[in-house]
Amino acid sequence: MKEPLIRMEGVSFDYRLNSEEVVRVLRDVSLDIYLGEYVAIIGHNGSGKSTLAKHFNGILKPTEGNVYVAGFNTKDDRYRREIRRRVGMVFQHPDNQIVATIVEDDVAFGLENIGVPPREMRKRIDAALEAVGMSSYRNRPPHHLSGGQKQRVAIAGVLAMEPRCLVLDEATSMLDAHGRREILQVLRRLHQRGMTIIAVSHHMSEAAEADRVLVIEAGRIAMEGPPREIFQRQELLRRLQLDIPVATRLAGRIHERVPDFQPDLIHPREIVDEVVRIAGKKGAAG
Amino acid sequence: MGTVIEVEDLRYTYMENTPLAHQALAGVQLSVEEGECVAIIGHTGSGKSTLIQHFNGLLRPQQGRVRVDGQDLSDPGLDLKGLRRKVGLVFQNPEDQLFEKWVGDDVAFGPLKMGLPLKEVRDRVRWAMEMAGLSFEAMKDRPTYALSGGQKRKVALAGVLALRPKVLVLDEPTAGLDPRSRKELLGRIEGFNRREKMTVIFVSHNMEEVACLADRIFVMAAGQIVAQGTPREIFGSREVLLQHRIGAPETVEILYRIQGLGYPVDVGAYELDSAAAEIVSILRPQGVKSHGPGI
Repeated sequence: MKEPLIRMEGVSFDYRLNSEEVVRVLRDVSLDIYLGEYVAIIGHNGSGKSTLAKHFNGILKPTEGNVYVAGFNTKDDRYRREIRRRVGMVFQHPDNQIVATIVEDDVAFGLENIGVPPREMRKRIDAALEAVGMSSYRNRPPHHLSGGQKQRVAIAGVLAMEPRCLVLDEATSMLDAHGRREILQVLRRLHQRGMTIIAVSHHMSEAAEADRVLVIEAGRIAMEGPPREIFQRQELLRRLQLDIPVATRLAGRIHERVPDFQPDLIHPREIVDEVVRIAGKKGAAG
Repeated sequence: MGTVIEVEDLRYTYMENTPLAHQALAGVQLSVEEGECVAIIGHTGSGKSTLIQHFNGLLRPQQGRVRVDGQDLSDPGLDLKGLRRKVGLVFQNPEDQLFEKWVGDDVAFGPLKMGLPLKEVRDRVRWAMEMAGLSFEAMKDRPTYALSGGQKRKVALAGVLALRPKVLVLDEPTAGLDPRSRKELLGRIEGFNRREKMTVIFVSHNMEEVACLADRIFVMAAGQIVAQGTPREIFGSREVLLQHRIGAPETVEILYRIQGLGYPVDVGAYELDSAAAEIVSILRPQGVKSHGPGI
């Protein structure tokens, strides 16, 4: 049996509003995340998805239940460094995560804090900037970068710490379509190199990239499965008012009128392939 | 119906006459008719935010001319207060700008500053909160700090609506909202425009929402309007999309790919049903084309 990188056992979490009131945000959540997986966590504002994400490296600790990262219980402060070293987080607002005035200094920030020797630091910064495609921007001031580029720098800062797992908490929600595409590309590449990715988002369409999708609603896991399966449960998705990818909706409409057309498509290119399969290449002449 | 906003050769440079000078607007030409809903799109740094800050006089023209409802913004005797009542500007992340402790007070701030009688202020606050999707009775005495992000945004919107503006200008109104809140807000904006006859001008990166909301689109690049037209015209023009690196709605992207393989489809059919109809038309041997939902 493979050991999970992250194991959550019966986790509940309460936010305390004041001396009398508490709000239960997570309710008895259990899940395992394995090395090398790409997991998308989808849910509305207030569903508990960000609270869940903050449990993955011990920023928040469960009110009930336990979270283990590589076997270390996040409740035990002695392991904090071990845990944070393995699981890095990227947040929503790129501007709130940039601390330095030059890109490479920003990436170096975490390394300086843990006392990495200069030569090793150089190596890690180079590798991290290369991984997010920002090497040519290393000497630029970050505030002149686009939102997508800033988020790539933020990701590089986390990568430099050489984590096993990257958690992105709505890292694309403030970006335009172009910036979002940049980030998804970077994540795909990192995943291919073996990085564990946990992407928290309220956009269902981003889940198409993942191996596994968890849908969170009211602090519980409402659905779990590969994206193609999840997207077929349109009734439930509609009830949860989550967006269904355009490709999936389009395939559904076409399938109603052309039954031979596959309804369970999730990527735009699959629509095109399906058109070619049915209509043949004859269109090329016309 | 007349022209409500008219911009002629507007130029604006930040930090003018310094080494850091940066020209944000380089001769903008545009006019918006009363009752229209227009979208301004373009890349980060194309000048969108600088442009819309001229509409309520937050920025004054350095060169060129801006007229709002007949008033010239370069006029030294400009009634700035009157202008700001006429044109309500909702910033990106307006939830960061709530400053009163109670929801009702925050929404009432503008009308109070206008010196309206208390009864009128209260009526306006009630109207504005309900318009923004907040129950007046349930929410007016809530502390603003204990609201969710979506609720805060509604409070900020209500604060602008309480001025009963003729023109509503919104900078990325749905950025960061989840699909549920986004859909709700878009429905409300549509209502302001169609039912309340407000002129709506909005900046957006989300082409799906531009396609479904806007009557007309202005495309900005390098401080100028480089293209304008209906969603069908803009998204149906591959050159415009490619040249200015505008993402099209996903339906249009798919139609372009299909067209690229030589199939005859109308790439301007951005609505889901029309796009589906376009694709069905090439899959069916008889090749009968039909537009619109549910043939």
